[in-house]
Amino acid sequence: MGRRLYAYPYHLWTFLFTVVPLALIVYFAFTARDTAAFTLDNLRQAAQPVYLGVLWHSVWLAGVSTFLCLLIGYPMAMILAKSRVRYRRMLTMLIVVPMWMNFLLRTYAWMTLLEKNGAVNAFLGFLGLPALHILYTDYAVLLGMVYNFLPFMILPIYSVLMKMDKSLLEAAEDLGADAWTSFRRVTFPLSLPGVYAGTIMVFMPAVTTFVISRLLGGGQYMLAGNVIEQQFLAIGNWNFGSALSVLMMILIFLSMIGLSRYDKDSDGGLFL
Amino acid sequence: MMRFLRRSYAMLILGFLYLPILILIVFSFNASKSRATWEGFTLRWYGELIESEAILDALSNTLSVAVLSSLIATVIGTLAAYAIYREMGSWERKLSMNLTYIPLLNPDIVTGISLMLLFIFAGMKLGFGSLLLSHVIFNVPYVILTVLPKLRQFDQHLYEAALDLGASPAYAFRHIVLPEILPGIVTGALFAFTLSVDDFVISFFTTGSGVNNLSILIYSMARRGIHPTINALSTLLFLTVLVLLIAVNLRMEKKVKREARR
Amino acid sequence: MWEVMNEMKGMKKAFFMVLLCGVLAALLAGCGGGQKTAKRELKVYNWGDYIDPEILKSFEKETGIHVVYDTFATNEDMYVKVKAGGSDYDVVIPSDYMISRMIRDGLVEKLDFSKIPNYAKIDAKYKNLDFDPKGEYSVPYMWGTVGIAYNTKMVTEPVDSWGILWDKKYEKQIFMLDSPRDSIGITLKYLGYSLNTGNEEELAAAGKKLVEQKPLVLAYLVDEAKDKMIAGEGALAVVWSGDAMFMIEKNKDLAYAIPKEGTNLWFDAMVILKGAKHRAEAEEFINYMTRPDIALKNVEYIGYASPIPEVAAKLPEDVRKNIAAYPDDALLKDAEVFNDLTENMPKYDKVWTEVKVSK
Repeated sequence: MGRRLYAYPYHLWTFLFTVVPLALIVYFAFTARDTAAFTLDNLRQAAQPVYLGVLWHSVWLAGVSTFLCLLIGYPMAMILAKSRVRYRRMLTMLIVVPMWMNFLLRTYAWMTLLEKNGAVNAFLGFLGLPALHILYTDYAVLLGMVYNFLPFMILPIYSVLMKMDKSLLEAAEDLGADAWTSFRRVTFPLSLPGVYAGTIMVFMPAVTTFVISRLLGGGQYMLAGNVIEQQFLAIGNWNFGSALSVLMMILIFLSMIGLSRYDKDSDGGLFL
Repeated sequence: MMRFLRRSYAMLILGFLYLPILILIVFSFNASKSRATWEGFTLRWYGELIESEAILDALSNTLSVAVLSSLIATVIGTLAAYAIYREMGSWERKLSMNLTYIPLLNPDIVTGISLMLLFIFAGMKLGFGSLLLSHVIFNVPYVILTVLPKLRQFDQHLYEAALDLGASPAYAFRHIVLPEILPGIVTGALFAFTLSVDDFVISFFTTGSGVNNLSILIYSMARRGIHPTINALSTLLFLTVLVLLIAVNLRMEKKVKREARR
Repeated sequence: MWEVMNEMKGMKKAFFMVLLCGVLAALLAGCGGGQKTAKRELKVYNWGDYIDPEILKSFEKETGIHVVYDTFATNEDMYVKVKAGGSDYDVVIPSDYMISRMIRDGLVEKLDFSKIPNYAKIDAKYKNLDFDPKGEYSVPYMWGTVGIAYNTKMVTEPVDSWGILWDKKYEKQIFMLDSPRDSIGITLKYLGYSLNTGNEEELAAAGKKLVEQKPLVLAYLVDEAKDKMIAGEGALAVVWSGDAMFMIEKNKDLAYAIPKEGTNLWFDAMVILKGAKHRAEAEEFINYMTRPDIALKNVEYIGYASPIPEVAAKLPEDVRKNIAAYPDDALLKDAEVFNDLTENMPKYDKVWTEVKVSK
């Protein structure tokens, strides 16, 4: 195990900046708004079917967008890893740089692109294709999520792929494996740590994003992030808002426990 | 053929990523204050941009917070990932990882308000320091998550061999481990920078009077409509980054060629 | 190995470049914050892009007071921050209902009107309103109404009732406000109730109406509807009057109507926070903003309506006669100002959540 140089400082760090704020939220979740007395009412209220439905929809959308990010991002990560060394850094940067422009501006730009008479439809019309009416629907929300989180999937996978032991792939080829088999049996399994990190960095923030659903979704429904934001700000009920986020955290951690069974040798697993 | 496919796919993805940026750039030259109509070409917003102290001030805050917070978070995150991977037992590691995920999962509003309360409770004056600290806090998990896979990929035996040959753990870390996990660290730093530049909610609640960043400025303009000077600013920023990138890349290429000749 | 080495070198270089940028940026930031002299100072908290920047400069020049000026995005954001003690602002410019909440919470200071002589210039009908019944705490900054913006190319019939928002003809061409208070409020007005009601039956009726309307609504937006209407993406939208002015200016097909059932009359007003460190400067600022020539300049920049008659009189006729800016009193007969809902807020929340989750 060696010396514990960095473990204790990190524990202190998480205690101060994760556990203490979390404790605050848990405290709010279990106390009454006006009397500050212990209560389970907030959680009970949060567990109503209405809010569970909202949570489920958020998890579902986040899950689908994570899957899409993986599907779209993995090939891109492979292309990056296979590109010549001198292009790699450039390409990596090119993938990140759009994200440096303000998120709200980019989302507004998508609203402009996707509208009825927007650029995308003009282009489709030019090609003689039917117009797309996806603004203010789930599809636009998904598009917004994929757009915003894609780099967080591509780069971790790429960083694992680029240093993969080439001899293993050659060995697989020597043994007569075709490209698909060697991908399935060698490349993909070895890249799992990157896939895993990317999945977490896309899925978790996607569950609670609220600007995308409000703008691209046209505020037609609420997602977990919207409900919680509304409680904290518009309604001013921090106790109920906290209860909602505590409940959400519990549900997601529980579901991740289920998932992580499939990732047996994961070290950073989400399970107890 | 394969190469052609690969190139087209990469172009497609980049096209997708840059489509909205293109719109931004186009609208920075629009004479109209609204994004909905085109009233002709103008450079007016660029002129106003240079005049606007508020925007330039916010820009300098945004950049300094982003650079400092991503550097600090990269150091903390890398060491933490190393600790999680090398120094912790199984249970400790799982607990630590689960705690690491929490800031990712927490809605921004919850993180923002709870950090604000924490800082106020600790008697900290809200301002640049608290803004920077909060950015480091939400950046650290991303660095950990990008460094860990590289550590897991790293061949343990190399490290142990170095120790057997008499290297100190610190020396072995610097000269054996660090070069191997560098891509993960760089990715983590890039993510940290990106998240810092883009954050509004947490920044809003943890900053103090007189310290604004671009996101706060932009989001607070939403009610009245985002002023086109912001589009001008984004365009300039984008072009600067692009030029820098190309310049660095060209220099690298020259160097590679020179070395190859040798 | 060569590849790796090369990569390493590049990384190192990139790292130093980033470091250099960081140091430069920090220096820049240092210079920006370096003007801390013993000068008189004032901290102002306002909505984004809600003042003519020239006015701040001229105020600084005339008075020698250095203004620290920050912005917020919503009343609620501002409230959470001020309430938690996370700020040290002197002057804040919130909206009506938020002012009444802040008065109730003891967050604002009574004004010394002898220091604000220009208060006399403000029209008496905008003083002592419900949110500050005795007119002790606030000085109106801008005001306006909520109404319907419509595209005359798509809506040819006269628009005079909220009822048009329930007309199936305009299915998927309607923009509603994504805000529980405003959307429920106008529905209550449509049904003939007060938009400050706490009566559960009335609220349930409004909720039912909104659920019924949902299939007709294209989107619930707040600040984005104006661009969408300008672009001709919808036929009808519930908007604030100030935005309507902007929209009509950009697209001549658009018009604004205040429904006959009455509407919401809104105010943004200046207040001084409790314990403000720069009271004298704050009062000086409020007085300055209310000075007719300055108020006129500001109104011209912002495009909303001024509560000072002298200012309104100097505006061009097409603005003065535009009901989006200055509606005549007959239209405002049944208009109401928002009160702080206090214990009734959860009822609105419940109704709104039901509307949002309905299919």
